[in-house]
Amino acid sequence: MDFADLFTDAGREIFAPTTAAFALAAIGLNFHFGLTGLLNMGHAGFMLVGMYGYAITVREGGGMVLGLIVAMLLAVVFGLILGWPTLKLRGDYLAIVTIAAAEFVRFLGRSSVMKNITGGSTGIRGSDYKEPFESLSPFPSEQITIGPFTMHGTASTSWFLVLVGWSVVGLFALLFWRLSNSPWGRVLKGIREDEDAVRSLGKNVYAYKMQALVIGGVIGALGGVLWSFSAAVQPDSMGRPTTFWLWTLLLLGGAATVFGPILGSIIFWTALVLVRSLAAMFIPETWMAATEREPFSLVLVGVTLMLLVIFRPQGILGNRRELAIND
Amino acid sequence: MTDKATPAKSGKNPKSSKDPFANVPHEPGAPKMDKIIVADHVKRRFGGLTAVDVAHFEVQRNAITALIGPNGAGKSTFFNLLTGFDRPQEGEWSFNGFSLHSKSPAQVARSGMVRTFQLTKALSRMTVMENMRLGAAQQVGENFFRALFPALWRKQEAEITAKAEELLVRFKLDAKKNDYAGELSGGQRKLLEMARALMSDPEIVMLDEPMAGVNPALTESLLDHIVELKKEGVTVLFVEHDMHMVRRISDWVVVMAEGKIIAEGPPDTVMANAAVQDAYLGSHHDTDLFEER
Ligand SMILES: Nc1ncnc2c1ncn2[C@@H]1O[C@H](COP(=O)(O)OP(=O)(O)OP(=O)(O)O)[C@@H](O)[C@H]1O
Ligand SMILES: [Mg+2]
Repeated sequence: MDFADLFTDAGREIFAPTTAAFALAAIGLNFHFGLTGLLNMGHAGFMLVGMYGYAITVREGGGMVLGLIVAMLLAVVFGLILGWPTLKLRGDYLAIVTIAAAEFVRFLGRSSVMKNITGGSTGIRGSDYKEPFESLSPFPSEQITIGPFTMHGTASTSWFLVLVGWSVVGLFALLFWRLSNSPWGRVLKGIREDEDAVRSLGKNVYAYKMQALVIGGVIGALGGVLWSFSAAVQPDSMGRPTTFWLWTLLLLGGAATVFGPILGSIIFWTALVLVRSLAAMFIPETWMAATEREPFSLVLVGVTLMLLVIFRPQGILGNRRELAIND
Repeated sequence: MTDKATPAKSGKNPKSSKDPFANVPHEPGAPKMDKIIVADHVKRRFGGLTAVDVAHFEVQRNAITALIGPNGAGKSTFFNLLTGFDRPQEGEWSFNGFSLHSKSPAQVARSGMVRTFQLTKALSRMTVMENMRLGAAQQVGENFFRALFPALWRKQEAEITAKAEELLVRFKLDAKKNDYAGELSGGQRKLLEMARALMSDPEIVMLDEPMAGVNPALTESLLDHIVELKKEGVTVLFVEHDMHMVRRISDWVVVMAEGKIIAEGPPDTVMANAAVQDAYLGSHHDTDLFEER
């Protein structure tokens, strides 16, 4: 491996479909935390619910549109169930319940009891559900090279998926922008700052928090579906680390900003690949086995991001002045 | 002691035949001519402590009523109970004849009864203008689906903004409208909270120590503003420790101590009441607490 390959690999992450999927899921989290101040510590659960909903529906012959509807409906139900007991309580309760619920979904999905439906711990193979989406591709079914990057036109991690993924991300970034700059978004920001003040002004805080939780959850579920198009439905790929990465990249890019989740996701994935490749190039096998490189790069990325959050806590796109206010 | 004998000094309208308090007895729980709030047997206990124990309480419509009493008397707790932010163990209370018993704070506010807090609740990471806009009631764009279509709410937003600008000028915050509320001083936050409460055109405003920390010059202009509100038909109920302010603007004073209402009366005589003197001063009757500043 030489430097040219390294930069190609890292550069690919800038527009990779997985980057788009995380950006999309983080936009959902931005509705929760950035706008409303909700501490959703189980966003991966929403993603997983969406993936299962879509993949199972399509596998059973329901088609793509129905699959998307099921994915979103499941996220709505999941959000309502999580929000109903917790949104009247202090913020920490939501955090505890979401972290537990996300784990619950994962364990349920990978349990042998559900093997016929969810595929147990092996999950659902891509070939079971990707076909209807990939059949929409206008690109030829072959490897296509654009500049230094080579990808398949249609299958799995494809140029088609890149195009669709980023279009969807753009659409939801636009939605976030529209809503966060509306009177509706203003109520959410008020709730983020002080619930009681918003109550005293006659707004139904519970209903607004529920709306934010559900819409953010639905976007998370769509992020999960997008993720599953370039990977497979694998319960263990949507564990706690995924949630924490989403938080990291949201804070890195800048919470409550329109482009924060997108920039955060790009930087996160590029940095991860860069560190991993550099470790492979410069650290001899005798020091670190190939299998140790992945955890090592995650640790390094984690430390880097920690430093970033310490020295630029408002994130890259956040507003310094806003952050100086600490009460 | 003080110059209570000269009524004109208080600067209020002289008592006329139109005075709604002319025939109101000077006693706790006195019935009013036109009541906007009525509370009965409202009791709130915190463990062993009975913070509020109000047998009967009425507020006269379109008047300025002061609720005073020593620290810990239960004034703020009573405010919380009336506005739905806290629930009493027992009691019944109503606004405009409608029971507020199991109403949420938001429902209470929407029905026209808006309050401010003793510990200011400015929305720090929102601008002063956004704070103000949030105060407006019945906004079309606060509905999720309609929020997506600015054409539906842009006009209302402009009206709300114009109204907010007007209020900000009155509260001397117009120069700060694009600053974050968290960048305001303590007194300015109090002002913002009060102005924000007025954005919804409430029927009654309940202010918990509105002038604490506001400089004297501005206090004067705000007092004028509160009197102005009354002329516009708004009812004002406020908690205040500053006796000067109480004397200057209130039509009626209700005194609380240890959770109970111990006296009611017009501002220039209620302080002479022995029970009030006791509550405030204990045995130190020789101290002159109520002299005009
Ligand atoms: N949440 C609570 N839990 C326990 N006790 C409380 C609570 N809130 C108030 N109290 C008690 O109730 C009593 C009345 O408090 P409250 O805040 O209503 O007084 P206040 O008249 O507003 O006083 P101040 O003039 O100092 O603001 C106090 O003794 C207080 O300690
Ligand atoms: Mg108080």
